[in-house]
Amino acid sequence: MLELVLFYIFAAIAVVSAILVITRHNVVHSAAFLGATLFAVAGIFLTLNAEFLAGVQVIVYVGGILVLFVFVIMLISVERAVHERQYNRQWTIALVTSAILIGEIGYGLYRGKDSLVLPNVLPAVAPAAAGNSEQVGTALYTAYLLPFEIASILLLVAIVGAVVLSKKRTQPEG
Amino acid sequence: MVTTFHYLVLGAALFTIGVIGVLTRRNIMVILMSIELMMNAVNINLIAFSSRLQQVTGQVFAIFVITVAAAEAAVGLGIVIAMFKNKETMNINEIDLMKW
Repeated sequence: MLELVLFYIFAAIAVVSAILVITRHNVVHSAAFLGATLFAVAGIFLTLNAEFLAGVQVIVYVGGILVLFVFVIMLISVERAVHERQYNRQWTIALVTSAILIGEIGYGLYRGKDSLVLPNVLPAVAPAAAGNSEQVGTALYTAYLLPFEIASILLLVAIVGAVVLSKKRTQPEG
Repeated sequence: MVTTFHYLVLGAALFTIGVIGVLTRRNIMVILMSIELMMNAVNINLIAFSSRLQQVTGQVFAIFVITVAAAEAAVGLGIVIAMFKNKETMNINEIDLMKW
């Protein structure tokens, strides 16, 4: 019962904040509500017994990506953009597309609902044997070592790319 | 009892909100934030199935998704800064150099 209440609280915060992210006129407000959504999703991860991912979510998303967003918003003037028209001209066709997407996902979930309701049959893993972080770390450094290294190369490429993109344009030689 | 179905519906809702944000907004910062929302929805689905199957694989893939999201945010915001230096705008309707 408690987990159901917690799930609904976190889900309501996540969905309402997400709607506010895409409807606020001021970008700073959008960033703040995005932070609320990210925290709520971290709470959702906690209800799923994924403590490590909840911590990573808070540290990387809220502490890293969201702060990066706020830095860029600070560098760019927001005053003019607040008074402009916020939605583009294709918003009707966009909403139709989204409605089709909702219908498609909803139909798929509805048809596949029966295959999702048997979690009780599965034997519970002995919880005391290894903590969540330990399990994730073991999988990450044994079975998924190569993807892990590729991810680090991806991050290196992203760092170099971000630096090259945002550094001052130097005068060409000669 | 919270079933996997609950989490899938939540993930679908967040993903659709992200899609609506990407398709309707004109501010490039909000579009990047909507992409982050969609990645979060995917992570919720991955971890819900990881919890349902009692396997840790889904959580490992969620870590990879978060890595890609961080890289995407860094490069995307670099592009936004470079674009703002050239065109002094965050409005994607005015950034149409490659459109014909």
